[in-house]
Amino acid sequence: MNPMELAQARPGPAFTVTLDGREIEALPGQTVAAALWTAGITSWRSTRGEGRPRGVLCGIGVCYDCLVTVNDRPNQRACLVPLKPGDAIRTQEGTGHDG
Amino acid sequence: MAGAACALYAARAGLDVTVVDRGPVAGGTTGAGEGNLLVSDKEPGPELELALLSQRLWAELAAEPGLGAAFEYEPKGGVVVASTPEGLTALEGFAAGQRAAGVEAVSVAPDQLRELEPYLTPDTAGGVLYPQDAQVMPTLAAAHLLRASRARLLTGWNVIDVPRGADGAVRGVRTDRGEIHAPTVVNAAGTWGGELAALVGVHLPVLPRRGFVLVTEPLPRRVRHKVYAADYVADVASDSAALQTSPVVEGTAAGPVLIGASRERIGFDRSFSLPAVRALAAGATRLFPFLADVRAMRTYLGFRPYMPDHLPAIGPDPRVPGLVHACGHEGAGIGLGTGTGQLIAQVLSGKVPELDLTPFRPDRFAPAEEDA
Repeated sequence: MNPMELAQARPGPAFTVTLDGREIEALPGQTVAAALWTAGITSWRSTRGEGRPRGVLCGIGVCYDCLVTVNDRPNQRACLVPLKPGDAIRTQEGTGHDG
Repeated sequence: MAGAACALYAARAGLDVTVVDRGPVAGGTTGAGEGNLLVSDKEPGPELELALLSQRLWAELAAEPGLGAAFEYEPKGGVVVASTPEGLTALEGFAAGQRAAGVEAVSVAPDQLRELEPYLTPDTAGGVLYPQDAQVMPTLAAAHLLRASRARLLTGWNVIDVPRGADGAVRGVRTDRGEIHAPTVVNAAGTWGGELAALVGVHLPVLPRRGFVLVTEPLPRRVRHKVYAADYVADVASDSAALQTSPVVEGTAAGPVLIGASRERIGFDRSFSLPAVRALAAGATRLFPFLADVRAMRTYLGFRPYMPDHLPAIGPDPRVPGLVHACGHEGAGIGLGTGTGQLIAQVLSGKVPELDLTPFRPDRFAPAEEDA
Protein backbone atom coordinates (compact mmCIF):
# COMPACT_ATOMS: atom_id res chain seq x y z
CA MET A 1 0.00 0.00 0.00
CA ASN A 2 1.22 3.50 -0.79
CA PRO A 3 1.73 5.27 2.56
CA MET A 4 0.95 8.64 0.96
CA GLU A 5 -2.61 7.46 0.31
CA LEU A 6 -2.95 6.39 3.93
CA ALA A 7 -1.88 9.84 5.09
CA GLN A 8 -3.79 11.60 2.30
CA ALA A 9 -0.54 13.42 1.56
CA ARG A 10 -0.31 15.79 -1.37
CA PRO A 11 3.38 16.62 -1.54
CA GLY A 12 4.80 19.14 -4.00
CA PRO A 13 6.59 18.06 -7.14
CA ALA A 14 9.46 15.60 -6.83
CA PHE A 15 13.04 16.71 -7.35
CA THR A 16 16.33 14.97 -8.01
CA VAL A 17 19.20 14.25 -5.65
CA THR A 18 22.13 11.91 -6.16
CA LEU A 19 23.37 8.85 -4.30
CA ASP A 20 27.00 8.16 -5.17
CA GLY A 21 26.44 10.04 -8.43
CA ARG A 22 23.29 8.13 -9.40
CA GLU A 23 20.07 10.16 -9.61
CA ILE A 24 17.16 9.31 -7.34
CA GLU A 25 13.89 11.11 -6.75
CA ALA A 26 12.87 12.81 -3.54
CA LEU A 27 9.75 14.62 -2.37
CA PRO A 28 9.69 17.95 -0.54
CA GLY A 29 10.06 17.36 3.20
CA GLN A 30 11.55 13.91 2.84
CA THR A 31 14.59 13.05 4.88
CA VAL A 32 17.60 11.38 3.33
CA ALA A 33 16.52 8.10 4.90
CA ALA A 34 12.97 8.36 3.57
CA ALA A 35 14.17 9.03 0.03
CA LEU A 36 16.65 6.17 0.16
CA TRP A 37 14.03 3.76 1.48
CA THR A 38 11.60 4.89 -1.23
CA ALA A 39 14.30 4.10 -3.78
CA GLY A 40 14.61 0.61 -2.28
CA ILE A 41 17.95 1.28 -0.59
CA THR A 42 18.15 0.14 3.02
CA SER A 43 21.88 0.20 3.74
CA TRP A 44 24.29 3.10 3.10
CA ARG A 45 27.03 2.88 5.66
CA SER A 46 29.58 0.27 6.70
CA THR A 47 30.78 0.10 10.30
CA ARG A 48 34.28 1.24 11.19
CA GLY A 49 35.42 -1.96 12.89
CA GLU A 50 34.09 -4.80 10.79
CA GLY A 51 32.64 -3.10 7.71
CA ARG A 52 29.12 -4.33 8.41
CA PRO A 53 26.16 -2.77 6.56
CA ARG A 54 24.01 -0.20 8.36
CA GLY A 55 20.89 1.83 7.64
CA VAL A 56 18.00 3.15 9.74
CA LEU A 57 17.54 1.59 13.16
CA CYS A 58 15.65 4.00 15.43
CA GLY A 59 14.57 6.50 12.79
CA ILE A 60 14.35 9.32 15.33
CA GLY A 61 17.91 10.59 15.62
CA VAL A 62 18.96 8.74 18.72
CA CYS A 63 20.97 5.70 17.64
CA TYR A 64 23.43 7.26 15.14
CA ASP A 65 23.32 4.08 13.06
CA CYS A 66 22.10 5.68 9.81
CA LEU A 67 25.07 8.04 9.40
CA VAL A 68 25.69 9.23 5.87
CA THR A 69 27.70 11.84 4.00
CA VAL A 70 25.61 14.68 2.56
CA ASN A 71 27.22 17.43 0.49
CA ASP A 72 30.68 16.32 1.66
CA ARG A 73 29.80 16.49 5.34
CA PRO A 74 30.13 13.01 6.92
CA ASN A 75 28.30 11.51 9.89
CA GLN A 76 24.92 13.15 9.36
CA ARG A 77 21.89 11.29 10.57
CA ALA A 78 19.97 10.26 7.45
CA CYS A 79 16.75 10.04 9.46
CA LEU A 80 16.89 13.73 10.42
CA VAL A 81 18.39 15.61 7.46
CA PRO A 82 15.74 16.99 5.03
CA LEU A 83 16.68 16.89 1.37
CA LYS A 84 16.96 19.84 -1.02
CA PRO A 85 17.10 19.63 -4.80
CA GLY A 86 20.54 18.64 -6.02
CA ASP A 87 21.85 17.32 -2.69
CA ALA A 88 24.73 14.87 -3.12
CA ILE A 89 24.40 11.86 -0.83
CA ARG A 90 27.34 9.53 -0.54
CA THR A 91 27.47 6.16 1.15
CA GLN A 92 29.89 6.24 4.03
CA GLU A 93 32.61 3.83 5.02
CA GLY A 94 34.06 3.84 8.50
CA THR A 95 34.31 7.27 10.10
CA GLY A 96 33.59 9.05 6.80
CA HIS A 97 36.76 11.07 7.34
CA ASP A 98 39.97 10.50 5.43
CA GLY A 99 42.39 8.54 7.54
CA MET B 1 35.26 1.12 40.06
CA ALA B 2 36.69 1.21 43.56
CA GLY B 3 34.15 -1.42 44.62
CA ALA B 4 34.98 -3.70 41.69
CA ALA B 5 38.70 -3.44 42.44
CA CYS B 6 38.12 -4.09 46.16
CA ALA B 7 36.09 -7.18 45.22
CA LEU B 8 38.80 -8.45 42.90
CA TYR B 9 41.74 -8.06 45.26
CA ALA B 10 39.78 -9.20 48.33
CA ALA B 11 38.58 -12.31 46.52
CA ARG B 12 42.10 -13.03 45.34
CA ALA B 13 43.26 -12.69 48.95
CA GLY B 14 40.92 -15.58 49.73
CA LEU B 15 38.03 -13.63 51.22
CA ASP B 16 34.35 -14.35 50.61
CA VAL B 17 33.00 -11.26 48.82
CA THR B 18 29.48 -10.08 48.01
CA VAL B 19 29.08 -6.92 45.94
CA VAL B 20 25.87 -4.97 46.59
CA ASP B 21 24.96 -2.21 44.16
CA ARG B 22 21.66 -0.35 44.10
CA GLY B 23 22.07 0.22 40.36
CA PRO B 24 23.72 -1.65 37.53
CA VAL B 25 27.49 -2.18 37.30
CA ALA B 26 29.16 1.19 36.60
CA GLY B 27 25.80 2.98 36.87
CA GLY B 28 27.17 5.80 39.02
CA THR B 29 30.31 7.85 38.49
CA THR B 30 32.36 5.03 36.90
CA GLY B 31 30.22 5.02 33.78
CA ALA B 32 30.23 8.80 33.54
CA GLY B 33 33.95 9.43 33.24
CA GLU B 34 36.65 9.02 30.65
CA GLY B 35 38.62 6.17 32.19
CA ASN B 36 41.78 8.13 32.85
CA LEU B 37 44.71 6.54 34.64
CA LEU B 38 46.77 9.64 35.32
CA VAL B 39 49.91 10.47 37.20
CA SER B 40 50.46 13.72 35.27
CA ASP B 41 47.92 15.81 37.20
CA LYS B 42 49.06 14.80 40.67
CA GLU B 43 51.52 16.66 42.85
CA PRO B 44 53.97 14.69 45.00
CA GLY B 45 52.20 13.27 48.04
CA PRO B 46 49.93 10.43 49.09
CA GLU B 47 47.60 10.67 46.08
CA LEU B 48 50.52 10.42 43.66
CA GLU B 49 51.88 7.40 45.53
CA LEU B 50 48.48 5.76 45.26
CA ALA B 51 48.37 6.64 41.56
CA LEU B 52 51.78 5.09 40.92
CA LEU B 53 50.79 1.92 42.78
CA SER B 54 47.53 1.82 40.81
CA GLN B 55 49.34 2.29 37.47
CA ARG B 56 51.49 -0.74 38.19
CA LEU B 57 48.44 -2.81 39.12
CA TRP B 58 46.50 -1.70 36.03
CA ALA B 59 49.44 -2.73 33.86
CA GLU B 60 49.56 -6.12 35.62
CA LEU B 61 45.82 -6.67 35.15
CA ALA B 62 46.05 -5.61 31.51
CA ALA B 63 48.74 -8.24 30.98
CA GLU B 64 46.45 -11.03 32.23
CA PRO B 65 45.11 -13.10 29.34
CA GLY B 66 42.06 -11.43 27.80
CA LEU B 67 41.68 -8.67 30.39
CA GLY B 68 43.65 -5.75 28.88
CA ALA B 69 41.95 -6.01 25.49
CA ALA B 70 38.58 -6.52 27.17
CA PHE B 71 38.70 -3.17 28.95
CA GLU B 72 40.56 -1.29 26.19
CA TYR B 73 43.72 -0.61 28.19
CA GLU B 74 45.78 1.95 26.30
CA PRO B 75 49.14 3.07 27.76
CA LYS B 76 49.07 6.07 25.46
CA GLY B 77 50.77 8.70 27.57
CA GLY B 78 49.63 12.18 28.47
CA VAL B 79 50.73 15.50 27.03
CA VAL B 80 50.29 18.69 29.05
CA VAL B 81 50.44 21.85 26.98
CA ALA B 82 51.35 25.33 28.19
CA SER B 83 50.07 28.23 26.12
CA THR B 84 52.29 30.95 27.63
CA PRO B 85 55.94 31.14 28.81
CA GLU B 86 54.69 31.78 32.38
CA GLY B 87 52.48 28.73 32.16
CA LEU B 88 55.41 26.69 30.91
CA THR B 89 57.62 27.80 33.80
CA ALA B 90 54.95 26.72 36.28
CA LEU B 91 54.45 23.42 34.45
CA GLU B 92 58.19 22.71 34.40
CA GLY B 93 58.41 23.39 38.13
CA PHE B 94 55.49 21.05 38.77
CA ALA B 95 57.08 18.35 36.58
CA ALA B 96 60.43 18.66 38.38
CA GLY B 97 58.74 17.89 41.69
CA GLN B 98 56.95 14.93 40.13
CA ARG B 99 60.20 13.53 38.69
CA ALA B 100 61.71 13.53 42.16
CA ALA B 101 58.70 11.46 43.29
CA GLY B 102 59.17 8.81 40.60
CA VAL B 103 57.08 10.15 37.73
CA GLU B 104 58.42 10.02 34.19
CA ALA B 105 58.08 13.52 32.78
CA VAL B 106 59.75 14.57 29.53
CA SER B 107 59.99 18.25 28.58
CA VAL B 108 58.88 18.85 25.01
CA ALA B 109 59.64 21.90 22.85
CA PRO B 110 56.81 23.39 20.73
CA ASP B 111 58.00 21.86 17.45
CA GLN B 112 58.41 18.45 19.08
CA LEU B 113 54.89 18.77 20.47
CA ARG B 114 53.61 18.82 16.91
CA GLU B 115 55.49 15.60 16.21
CA LEU B 116 53.72 13.97 19.16
CA GLU B 117 50.37 15.50 18.19
CA PRO B 118 50.30 16.58 14.54
CA TYR B 119 46.90 18.29 14.82
CA LEU B 120 47.80 20.35 17.92
CA THR B 121 47.75 24.12 17.60
CA PRO B 122 51.19 25.50 16.68
CA ASP B 123 50.53 28.28 19.17
CA THR B 124 52.09 26.80 22.32
CA ALA B 125 55.02 27.61 24.58
CA GLY B 126 55.89 23.95 25.10
CA GLY B 127 54.75 21.05 27.17
CA VAL B 128 55.54 17.92 29.13
CA LEU B 129 55.03 14.30 28.05
CA TYR B 130 53.98 11.81 30.73
CA PRO B 131 54.52 8.31 29.29
CA GLN B 132 52.90 6.60 32.29
CA ASP B 133 49.45 8.10 31.71
CA ALA B 134 47.00 5.53 30.36
CA GLN B 135 43.33 4.99 29.69
CA VAL B 136 40.76 2.23 30.07
CA MET B 137 37.11 2.01 29.08
CA PRO B 138 35.75 2.41 32.62
CA THR B 139 32.45 0.56 32.32
CA LEU B 140 34.13 -2.45 30.75
CA ALA B 141 36.92 -2.28 33.32
CA ALA B 142 34.49 -2.41 36.26
CA ALA B 143 32.52 -5.23 34.65
CA HIS B 144 35.56 -7.33 33.80
CA LEU B 145 37.19 -6.83 37.19
CA LEU B 146 33.96 -7.98 38.84
CA ARG B 147 33.74 -10.98 36.55
CA ALA B 148 37.37 -11.87 37.21
CA SER B 149 36.75 -11.61 40.97
CA ARG B 150 34.01 -14.28 40.83
CA ALA B 151 32.42 -12.43 43.75
CA ARG B 152 28.68 -12.73 44.30
CA LEU B 153 27.12 -9.74 42.54
CA LEU B 154 23.77 -8.29 43.64
CA THR B 155 22.76 -5.44 41.35
CA GLY B 156 19.52 -3.60 42.03
CA TRP B 157 19.89 -4.14 45.79
CA ASN B 158 19.65 -0.90 47.72
CA VAL B 159 21.35 -0.71 51.11
CA ILE B 160 18.89 0.87 53.55
CA ASP B 161 20.60 0.17 56.84
CA VAL B 162 23.83 -1.10 58.33
CA PRO B 163 22.89 -3.08 61.45
CA ARG B 164 25.33 -3.16 64.34
CA GLY B 165 25.75 -5.61 67.20
CA ALA B 166 25.75 -4.92 70.92
CA ASP B 167 29.50 -4.26 70.72
CA GLY B 168 28.90 -1.57 68.08
CA ALA B 169 30.46 -3.58 65.26
CA VAL B 170 28.72 -3.83 61.90
CA ARG B 171 26.87 -7.08 61.23
CA GLY B 172 26.33 -6.66 57.48
CA VAL B 173 23.85 -4.65 55.46
CA ARG B 174 20.08 -4.52 55.26
CA THR B 175 18.77 -3.95 51.75
CA ASP B 176 15.35 -3.52 50.19
CA ARG B 177 15.63 -7.14 49.09
CA GLY B 178 16.97 -8.78 52.20
CA GLU B 179 19.72 -8.79 54.76
CA ILE B 180 23.30 -9.85 54.13
CA HIS B 181 25.46 -10.83 57.08
CA ALA B 182 29.14 -9.98 57.06
CA PRO B 183 31.74 -9.07 59.65
CA THR B 184 33.08 -6.31 57.40
CA VAL B 185 31.32 -3.77 55.20
CA VAL B 186 33.37 -1.81 52.63
CA ASN B 187 31.82 1.52 51.73
CA ALA B 188 32.64 1.89 48.03
CA ALA B 189 29.57 3.97 47.24
CA GLY B 190 31.53 6.69 45.49
CA THR B 191 29.74 10.03 45.46
CA TRP B 192 27.05 8.49 47.66
CA GLY B 193 29.64 7.26 50.20
CA GLY B 194 28.68 10.03 52.61
CA GLU B 195 25.07 8.85 52.62
CA LEU B 196 26.13 5.29 53.33
CA ALA B 197 28.37 6.48 56.16
CA ALA B 198 25.41 8.41 57.56
CA LEU B 199 23.41 5.16 57.70
CA VAL B 200 26.08 3.90 60.08
CA GLY B 201 25.98 7.17 61.97
CA VAL B 202 29.42 8.47 61.01
CA HIS B 203 30.35 11.68 59.29
CA LEU B 204 32.09 11.47 55.90
CA PRO B 205 31.83 14.64 53.78
CA VAL B 206 31.64 13.31 50.23
CA LEU B 207 30.15 15.96 47.95
CA PRO B 208 29.19 15.83 44.26
CA ARG B 209 31.35 17.82 41.84
CA ARG B 210 29.61 17.81 38.47
CA GLY B 211 31.43 17.35 35.19
CA PHE B 212 30.36 17.25 31.55
CA VAL B 213 32.02 15.35 28.73
CA LEU B 214 31.41 16.27 25.12
CA VAL B 215 31.51 13.39 22.61
CA THR B 216 32.35 13.98 18.94
CA GLU B 217 31.45 11.95 15.88
CA PRO B 218 33.82 9.00 15.33
CA LEU B 219 37.09 10.06 13.73
CA PRO B 220 40.26 8.40 12.54
CA ARG B 221 42.98 8.58 15.21
CA ARG B 222 43.88 12.28 15.25
CA VAL B 223 44.48 12.75 18.96
CA ARG B 224 47.10 10.26 20.04
CA HIS B 225 47.65 11.04 23.72
CA LYS B 226 45.56 12.43 26.48
CA VAL B 227 46.18 16.12 25.84
CA TYR B 228 45.28 18.85 28.24
CA ALA B 229 46.08 22.44 29.08
CA ALA B 230 48.38 23.19 31.99
CA ASP B 231 45.63 25.07 33.87
CA TYR B 232 43.75 21.76 34.32
CA VAL B 233 45.93 20.89 37.31
CA ALA B 234 45.01 24.14 39.06
CA ASP B 235 41.31 23.49 38.41
CA VAL B 236 41.49 19.98 39.85
CA ALA B 237 43.14 21.29 43.00
CA SER B 238 40.74 24.19 43.42
CA ASP B 239 38.14 24.35 46.16
CA SER B 240 35.79 26.66 44.28
CA ALA B 241 32.18 25.68 43.80
CA ALA B 242 31.79 27.82 40.67
CA LEU B 243 32.01 26.48 37.14
CA GLN B 244 35.56 25.86 35.99
CA THR B 245 36.58 24.40 32.67
CA SER B 246 39.96 23.56 31.21
CA PRO B 247 40.36 21.60 28.01
CA VAL B 248 41.14 17.89 28.19
CA VAL B 249 41.06 16.11 24.84
CA GLU B 250 41.52 12.46 24.01
CA GLY B 251 40.70 9.94 21.33
CA THR B 252 39.08 6.61 22.14
CA ALA B 253 39.46 3.10 20.79
CA ALA B 254 35.94 3.38 19.35
CA GLY B 255 36.66 6.59 17.38
CA PRO B 256 34.89 9.48 19.09
CA VAL B 257 37.01 12.19 20.72
CA LEU B 258 36.12 12.93 24.33
CA ILE B 259 36.32 16.54 25.49
CA GLY B 260 36.36 17.56 29.15
CA ALA B 261 36.65 18.81 31.75
CA SER B 262 34.23 20.94 33.70
CA ARG B 263 33.91 21.10 37.44
CA GLU B 264 31.18 22.71 39.52
CA ARG B 265 29.54 21.99 42.81
CA ILE B 266 25.80 22.40 42.48
CA GLY B 267 24.53 19.23 44.12
CA PHE B 268 23.13 16.31 42.13
CA ASP B 269 21.67 18.52 39.39
CA ARG B 270 21.47 16.49 36.17
CA SER B 271 20.23 19.31 33.94
CA PHE B 272 22.18 20.23 30.84
CA SER B 273 24.41 23.30 31.05
CA LEU B 274 25.06 25.13 27.80
CA PRO B 275 27.70 27.44 29.38
CA ALA B 276 29.69 24.43 30.58
CA VAL B 277 29.53 22.56 27.29
CA ARG B 278 30.21 25.69 25.24
CA ALA B 279 33.33 26.37 27.31
CA LEU B 280 34.49 22.79 26.77
CA ALA B 281 34.09 23.08 23.00
CA ALA B 282 35.88 26.44 22.90
CA GLY B 283 38.78 25.19 25.01
CA ALA B 284 39.24 22.02 22.99
CA THR B 285 39.18 23.96 19.73
CA ARG B 286 41.96 26.21 21.03
CA LEU B 287 44.13 23.12 21.58
CA PHE B 288 43.05 21.30 18.40
CA PRO B 289 41.77 23.76 15.76
CA PHE B 290 40.48 20.93 13.50
CA LEU B 291 37.77 20.22 16.08
CA ALA B 292 35.97 23.38 14.94
CA ASP B 293 34.71 21.42 11.91
CA VAL B 294 33.88 18.25 13.81
CA ARG B 295 30.39 17.44 14.99
CA ALA B 296 29.62 16.87 18.65
CA MET B 297 27.19 13.95 18.93
CA ARG B 298 26.20 14.11 22.54
CA THR B 299 27.27 15.00 26.05
CA TYR B 300 27.15 13.11 29.29
CA LEU B 301 27.64 14.15 32.86
CA GLY B 302 28.62 12.67 36.15
CA PHE B 303 29.26 13.56 39.76
CA ARG B 304 32.78 13.21 41.08
CA PRO B 305 32.98 12.23 44.74
CA TYR B 306 34.66 15.38 46.05
CA MET B 307 36.24 15.55 49.48
CA PRO B 308 37.30 18.86 51.05
CA ASP B 309 41.01 17.98 51.00
CA HIS B 310 40.91 16.19 47.61
CA LEU B 311 42.03 12.88 49.11
CA PRO B 312 39.91 9.71 49.20
CA ALA B 313 38.81 7.91 52.34
CA ILE B 314 40.55 4.55 52.40
CA GLY B 315 40.78 2.16 55.32
CA PRO B 316 39.05 1.08 58.53
CA ASP B 317 36.83 3.57 60.29
CA PRO B 318 38.10 3.77 63.89
CA ARG B 319 34.64 4.92 65.00
CA VAL B 320 32.85 1.73 63.90
CA PRO B 321 34.47 -1.73 64.08
CA GLY B 322 34.01 -3.61 60.82
CA LEU B 323 33.35 -0.53 58.70
CA VAL B 324 35.95 0.16 56.01
CA HIS B 325 35.83 3.02 53.49
CA ALA B 326 36.99 3.09 49.87
CA CYS B 327 35.39 6.17 48.36
CA GLY B 328 35.85 9.89 47.70
CA HIS B 329 38.38 9.65 44.85
CA GLU B 330 36.94 12.71 43.11
CA GLY B 331 37.79 12.56 39.38
CA ALA B 332 40.49 9.94 39.74
CA GLY B 333 38.51 6.90 40.87
CA ILE B 334 39.40 4.78 37.86
CA GLY B 335 43.07 5.64 38.05
CA LEU B 336 43.21 5.14 41.82
CA GLY B 337 40.82 2.18 41.88
CA THR B 338 43.25 -0.71 41.62
CA GLY B 339 45.57 0.61 44.31
CA THR B 340 42.59 1.25 46.56
CA GLY B 341 41.37 -2.32 46.03
CA GLN B 342 44.80 -3.73 46.80
CA LEU B 343 45.18 -1.66 49.99
CA ILE B 344 41.70 -2.62 51.19
CA ALA B 345 42.42 -6.31 50.53
CA GLN B 346 45.64 -6.02 52.53
CA VAL B 347 43.79 -4.38 55.42
CA LEU B 348 41.03 -7.00 55.33
CA SER B 349 43.51 -9.87 55.40
CA GLY B 350 45.30 -8.42 58.40
CA LYS B 351 48.43 -7.40 56.53
CA VAL B 352 50.23 -4.10 56.73
CA PRO B 353 49.07 -2.09 53.71
CA GLU B 354 51.89 -1.24 51.36
CA LEU B 355 51.07 2.48 51.54
CA ASP B 356 50.59 4.46 54.74
CA LEU B 357 46.82 5.00 55.09
CA THR B 358 47.11 7.87 57.56
CA PRO B 359 46.48 10.63 54.98
CA PHE B 360 43.36 8.75 53.83
CA ARG B 361 41.89 8.04 57.25
CA PRO B 362 38.11 8.40 57.10
CA ASP B 363 37.71 10.16 60.47
CA ARG B 364 39.95 13.09 59.55
CA PHE B 365 37.03 15.49 59.07
CA ALA B 366 35.41 17.05 62.10
CA PRO B 367 31.68 17.58 61.47
CA ALA B 368 32.18 21.36 61.77
CA GLU B 369 34.56 21.31 58.80
CA GLU B 370 31.86 20.10 56.51
CA ASP B 371 31.78 22.12 53.32
CA ALA B 372 28.18 22.92 52.48
